[in-house]
Amino acid sequence: MPEIRTGEQLASVYEQYKQLLSTRLGTVVDDDTRMILVCGGTGCHASESEMIVENFQALIHKNGLDGKVVCSISGCFGFCEKGPIVKVFPDNVFYVQVKPEDASEIFDQHILNGHKVKRLLYEDPILKEKMETAEDISFYKLQQRIALRNCGLINPEKIEEYIASGGYQSLAKVLTQMTPQQVIAEMIASGLRGRGGAGFSTGRKWEFASKYASEEKFVICNADEGDPGAFMDRSIMEGDSHSVIEGMMIAGYAIGAQQGYVYIRAEYPLAVKRLEIAIQQARANGLLGRDILGTGFNFDIAIRLGAGAFVCGEETALIHSLQGLRGEPATKPPFPAENGLWAKPTIVNNVETLANIPVIFQRGAQWFNSIGTKTSKGTKVFALAGKVNNVGLVEVPMGTTLREIIYDIGGGIKDGAEFKSAQTGGPSGGCIPKQYLDTPIDYESLQSIGSMMGSGGMIIMSEHDCMVNIARFYMEFIVEESCGRCVPCRIGNKRMLEILTGITEGRGTEADLDELRSLSETIIDTSLCGLGQTAPNPVLSTLKYFLDEYEAHVKEKRCPAGVCQKLMHYKILPEKCIGCTSCARGCPVSCISGTVKQVHTIDQSKCIKCGACMTRCKFGAVVRE
Amino acid sequence: MINLTIDGQPVSVPEGTTILDAARKLNLDLPTLCYLNLEKIKYLNKVASCRICVVEVEGRRNLAPSCATPVSEGMKVITNSKRVLASRRKNLELIISNHPFECLVCAKSTDCELQKLVWEFGINTQRYTGERSEHPIDRSSGALKRDPNKCIMCRRCETMCNEVQTVGALTAFGRGFNTVVAPAEMNPIATSACVYCGQCVSVCPTAALTGVGYIKETWEALFNPKKHVVVQVAPAVRVAIGEEFGMEPGLPVTGKLVAGLRRLGFNAVFDTTFGADLTIIEESREIIERIEDGQEDLPILTSCCPGWINFLEHQFPDLKYIASTCKSPQQMTGAVVKTYYAQKMGIDPKDVVVVSVMPCIAKKYEAALPSEETYGIRDVDYVLTTREIAKMLKEGSINLNHIQDEDFDNPLGFSSGAGVIFGGSGGVLEAALRTVYARMTGHELEDVNFTAVRGMAGIREAEVQVGERTVRVAAVSGLGNARKVLEKIQRREERYDVIEIMACPGGCVNGGGQPYAEERDEIIEKRMHGLYQIDRNSRVRKSHQNPAIQALYEEFLGEAGSRKAHEILHVTGLMSAPADCPK
Repeated sequence: MPEIRTGEQLASVYEQYKQLLSTRLGTVVDDDTRMILVCGGTGCHASESEMIVENFQALIHKNGLDGKVVCSISGCFGFCEKGPIVKVFPDNVFYVQVKPEDASEIFDQHILNGHKVKRLLYEDPILKEKMETAEDISFYKLQQRIALRNCGLINPEKIEEYIASGGYQSLAKVLTQMTPQQVIAEMIASGLRGRGGAGFSTGRKWEFASKYASEEKFVICNADEGDPGAFMDRSIMEGDSHSVIEGMMIAGYAIGAQQGYVYIRAEYPLAVKRLEIAIQQARANGLLGRDILGTGFNFDIAIRLGAGAFVCGEETALIHSLQGLRGEPATKPPFPAENGLWAKPTIVNNVETLANIPVIFQRGAQWFNSIGTKTSKGTKVFALAGKVNNVGLVEVPMGTTLREIIYDIGGGIKDGAEFKSAQTGGPSGGCIPKQYLDTPIDYESLQSIGSMMGSGGMIIMSEHDCMVNIARFYMEFIVEESCGRCVPCRIGNKRMLEILTGITEGRGTEADLDELRSLSETIIDTSLCGLGQTAPNPVLSTLKYFLDEYEAHVKEKRCPAGVCQKLMHYKILPEKCIGCTSCARGCPVSCISGTVKQVHTIDQSKCIKCGACMTRCKFGAVVRE
Repeated sequence: MINLTIDGQPVSVPEGTTILDAARKLNLDLPTLCYLNLEKIKYLNKVASCRICVVEVEGRRNLAPSCATPVSEGMKVITNSKRVLASRRKNLELIISNHPFECLVCAKSTDCELQKLVWEFGINTQRYTGERSEHPIDRSSGALKRDPNKCIMCRRCETMCNEVQTVGALTAFGRGFNTVVAPAEMNPIATSACVYCGQCVSVCPTAALTGVGYIKETWEALFNPKKHVVVQVAPAVRVAIGEEFGMEPGLPVTGKLVAGLRRLGFNAVFDTTFGADLTIIEESREIIERIEDGQEDLPILTSCCPGWINFLEHQFPDLKYIASTCKSPQQMTGAVVKTYYAQKMGIDPKDVVVVSVMPCIAKKYEAALPSEETYGIRDVDYVLTTREIAKMLKEGSINLNHIQDEDFDNPLGFSSGAGVIFGGSGGVLEAALRTVYARMTGHELEDVNFTAVRGMAGIREAEVQVGERTVRVAAVSGLGNARKVLEKIQRREERYDVIEIMACPGGCVNGGGQPYAEERDEIIEKRMHGLYQIDRNSRVRKSHQNPAIQALYEEFLGEAGSRKAHEILHVTGLMSAPADCPK
């Protein structure tokens, strides 16, 4: 592909390459060509999806069909529960749980002979029917993929496919037809709010930064996605890095910056690799660097890796880390828009926020504005995980209810269990009980029920989850990740964790619950940064909505969900015990008494609740309650 | 001007003022812990990490740290609501929940800022009894002791070491609950870039950083009938020790201190200022030699401050050879005691113990250096800080308020005004000029005051007419300022003949061993003025006119720069090196 030096050249390259996607989009039906897309996201990658691609490519070559049948990776399709995913075009058939050895069957049956491989199609658990296309599957019906538009459509390692999908046209439009002020106005009009969790108006952030005069300004993409279980940003980086690059460039133009940095966590090697490829290709084609599209606009992007600190997702800590300092946050004000990287005006935007920008300029702020609720426009990507049947990556318009996400998209609770709570916002969020299942999701509504949007992690919990333990888990994460700078977070959260651990181990008292509330107030009120300021949220929301569980733990020393080990006790059922002595022999503290062929008993005062007896008993005589 | 109200009271302050400073204008002393602003030495620690100074601001969701929040027009601040007081108290309770409860046996008891706050807040329970950080205590150096378990992460030491002293030996280490400020990789301080200037000790609110103590060793020597124990007192001590007895900062209490020391049982009480005069004789000879010989060895850099010499030799090794070869007054005094005095008294130098009282912890390090000996015998055995000697006096039931003045012992007891001003930045330079002038021109100065090189400014320059020559001099205090000047010398941007450098901003009066002071900026200046007052009232104001010094040369040393003078009063080679402390 030649260097693209003007907007017209970009348009003609688009014309040239758009047919690359025609088979996939169904715009041109050519019976001869076939396209096989294999999910190349980390999850499916770990299930050897690369081998699937290799096997297909070997078969294509062996059969002399190079060029007629093309197989490549694509970004995350979202249905991670059923991965690895393989899609065959132009039929648009959706295969699930594909193994590398299945490639030959799909190739022989479907590619060569046109017969779909029924056993690899998705079976709807309620209808008990096989679904052929993604559109038929209930997981996808309520989704609207905007940020994820190219994931599962294009090969992220080929810039031609990004351009074929309309990529970089928004950049061209912005650079050749709009002033920075107009760009900012359009961003504000779109209503796009930061997808990293805080939900600040992206347009207003750009406006602030554009107002500060400086020779140097910076655009930073925050790809340090640290919430446990969140992989929205990772999937976008793996599946559509160019959309982030294009978003950064438009941002740079708007505020007057010429240098961008992507600060990405080192634990995302595949995303880093895809991003590196994308940047290299954009540079080679003249779309990144100097005098872009002949407009005189200069912009370049460098990648910086994080080093394993959740707190570096906080914008000022991120900036310090970029500068080679300890990743500790700073007091705000001043905000980075005024005084950021190297003390220059800087905007820090989330990956998903940036991925939305090209499509906003392509289809207009009005269009984006028409999706979502009154205060929260557009869509949100969620990483749906936990005790739900369809674990995966989903994108829905703001205003979709929790019930719709969990039941219609998520397929309901695993193993037919009862829904208990949905956790959103990671360690900064709250647990939402079933009375709020019909809450339409947006920034304000989630805050009003004691949680927050966060970056998009959504963990579903059932009756088999202990809410006290969940609160303890998040607090443990916080204590591990606290930078240590300020007193309330460094020491306060530690004391909260000690109390929570004590409660799960049967040492809690009612006074502890009051202390948790009191500590929470101080930590929220006086922590220096967002990490500390939101750390007590999981505790406060579970105390509010699941007080009964806390009370069972402290008053009765009982864990209703049967999770907290130290509150469980092991019992030998006399009617089942045959006196084989296996449990007694395996007990590390020798607390089981009984002679051969006699019923055995456990001395509860000595039992350490290791569960070895239950593991050893072949007669189901040892139970835990 | 910005107009706001604090607790309903209106106040007007310039833009950029913090809520804390605005409140001070209304005489509202909001409690602080990590915050420290020492304007005169350009030190500001505004990390907002303790969260004790928090206040309510109308319209703001959470509480604001008043030390780091600038005021805005129409701001409404509440400093004493239930919400504010509850959080302040809770944060303080959290701090002490991870702090050793050993006030009774802690070196900072009654001087500890954390202890004071806890007492002021009326906290009388230990609400949290969970895990406590356990770090090893660092006793690797003979001068600076680190107890990371008492660190409250105020970052004052780090700010001082990085921004004012530009040494960079300290950083926050680790993450989360166990984070403390420490040398890189939690290595022992003796292996770090630390120069032992002790400025971190003087800003540390707790006992996380203290000097290594030698009170026990000193008592043992005093009670050992076989030992002849001699004490010497530095200039800066005499204008500060009164503070430990409730007296005015800067009030010279020399005679009372001498009397007190004699009561403690020292066999002789000598004056380090005598050693300062001696340093001037030797160093002025060196200065004149270098000025008259040519440009190559210039500027000459003074060498009486071991913290500064450590900094020079490790961070500017290419310049280390232009320092004077003279020992410091402490070391010269000790050397003369163990040779001249011991000989005169007929005592085996091995039975002489020299204890020095210094405003400084670097002197502890200096006394233990391999180079600081004469004929195989240590010049100085133990170094006590001003704070330590005050404790010894109190332990010995001596109250400086109720004691009559006494004089130092001879032959190392008489000193000039030039010697005593060593304790303030610019003093060594001024003392040297008084003698250099006489030696170079053959005439005595009428007006011996060189006020241009006095004061708190970091770098003071002057040109002095010495006969036909214009001598360019500079006095520098604070290692950050030293770095600036040395870099200029490296780049050959400036030409100086003599530069005096002190590691501590303001000079020894602000040393790491001086009494802890809250309003430090004013107190440092008062101590400085105390020294210049002693100088003004001295009978002899030039080192070369000190009759005791003249006698020493006549009887023992011969001439300035003689072979004997070199053996006893100078060092060859590097001054700094890893050292074990003599026990």
